[in-house]
Amino acid sequence: MLYVQGLSTHIGKIQILHSIDLHVHQGEIVSIIGANGAGKSTLLNTLAGLYFPSTGKVTLEGEVISGLPAHKVVRKGLSLVPEGRQIFSNLTVKENLLLGMYSRYYKEKNQAKDHIEMILDMFPSLKKHIDNLGGNLSGGEQQMLAIGRGLMSKPKIILLDEPSMGLAPKIVNEILEILMRIKKEMGTMIILVEQNVKAALKVADRVYVMEQGNIALHGTPEEISMNPQVKSAYLGIKMTS
Amino acid sequence: MDLVMQYLVTGLTVGSIYALMAIGFVTIYNITGILNFAQGEFAMIGALSCVSFVNLGLPMFAAIPAAIILTAIIGFAVERTVIFPVRNRSVITLIVITIGVSTFIKGLGLIIWGTSPRTLQPVMKMGPIQLLGAVINPQSLFIFLTVLLLLAVLYVFFDKTFIGSALRASEKNPRAASLMGINTSSMSALAFTLAAALGAIAGIMIAPLTDATYEMGFLIGLKGFVAMVIGGVNNISGAVVGGLLLGVIEAFSGGFISTFYSDAIAFGVLLLMLFFKPTGLFSKATGERV
Ligand SMILES: Nc1ncnc2c1ncn2[C@@H]1O[C@H](COP(=O)(O)OP(=O)(O)O)[C@@H](O)[C@H]1O
Ligand SMILES: [Mg+2]
Repeated sequence: MLYVQGLSTHIGKIQILHSIDLHVHQGEIVSIIGANGAGKSTLLNTLAGLYFPSTGKVTLEGEVISGLPAHKVVRKGLSLVPEGRQIFSNLTVKENLLLGMYSRYYKEKNQAKDHIEMILDMFPSLKKHIDNLGGNLSGGEQQMLAIGRGLMSKPKIILLDEPSMGLAPKIVNEILEILMRIKKEMGTMIILVEQNVKAALKVADRVYVMEQGNIALHGTPEEISMNPQVKSAYLGIKMTS
Repeated sequence: MDLVMQYLVTGLTVGSIYALMAIGFVTIYNITGILNFAQGEFAMIGALSCVSFVNLGLPMFAAIPAAIILTAIIGFAVERTVIFPVRNRSVITLIVITIGVSTFIKGLGLIIWGTSPRTLQPVMKMGPIQLLGAVINPQSLFIFLTVLLLLAVLYVFFDKTFIGSALRASEKNPRAASLMGINTSSMSALAFTLAAALGAIAGIMIAPLTDATYEMGFLIGLKGFVAMVIGGVNNISGAVVGGLLLGVIEAFSGGFISTFYSDAIAFGVLLLMLFFKPTGLFSKATGERV
């Protein structure tokens, strides 16, 4: 279970996040939607330890993880697949995956091979590229690699920042299916940040809507998709008065 | 023809030493974004401490590793005490700090070793040998082969080991590397340690050819810097080629024009590169691979 209480983040002197409350239950996919600049990435980056929160508290399975730097947050079981994929273009697919388990590599070196096999079963399109440089993959494959790499640390919760960005609908659907599989087969909690609201609503158990660094709405996908504001702002459906 | 061969051999020998210096620059630059102006001082410490270890009675084969390890420890200490605490400051601040470190170490060198030049006995003591029409100093051959071996080791380390891939990842994208659980600040310490060791080796190699003084860091540091600029700041293979090229240019200009101008020529090459190809000769050709 992930608990976020009163989380605020400043970048420089500007307050970006305003006392965010949010939680994720065991076995849940939680989607966060919101306009460009709403603070979704800042929220995920703060959870992952890339930014230090100015106030508030984050606990994962009862353990406080707020205030830890990013490389320690991974060890506590939270993995971020950052916006724009950020794979290591100068490393091979295999090296990228192995670095994904950097935090446990020395302890679980002999399981590394099995672990990579398992990830490749989930992302079969990566198999034929295993020794290619990450930078030579297509956008969709890079996203698969970024997610696979994020899973290599066996996280309790994985955060995905706009995985559908720039990808064809068919590939977006593949990714959504993989997220469902991760939830079912691995029991990993998932936070999915999306601009693609339809995709986000499709797989989510619960949805948060962010506006200007605040949580504006919160509910089940059905409740959120029925909300008139969401309809007009995000789903492109005109309100009839 | 024999003369050409001779200059080529001399150039490659000295150039391989410059290459080591350049790799030191490139490694630190890519991991921390800092141009480390104290790199030359690592060569000075390596050379002079090796002289001291020999004077203390250590045999050469023990004095060399002792000097390398000492210098590596100093490199590590510099990063932890001076660079790490201010790592979030601007890159310019950090570069100015390395200039300060350089001055400090040079002062320390002056206090410990004085102003008179020290000589380091060559490892190879036999007479010159004939090879392909050139008269080769065995010390040169030793240097060249050692550097080749070292380059092979570095290649394996960077390209084939897990920690090497973590270093390359931190070079490419420190933020994403930290998301993997890599403590990028310990990678920065590793970079300084490695660069200091490489500097020490370069200093120890060049000392029998030029003598060692507390001031030697400036010139060898400058040569390594020029080699890096020739090769492009972001790849090690470029640094190697840049070093060899600079060595050869120097040897030929020293041979055909005058040795008096060889340092000025290194400066000249630097200025030409900065004017016409500031990204280095090989930044495109070798791509992003380190
Ligand atoms: N590094 C930064 N420096 C200054 N402002 C930033 C930085 N990153 C994000 N912001 C600001 O924070 C706000 C939220 O950005 P972000 O979290 O990227 O939004 P989203 O991911 O929802 O599009 C925006 O107004 C953006 O301009
Ligand atoms: Mg964003």
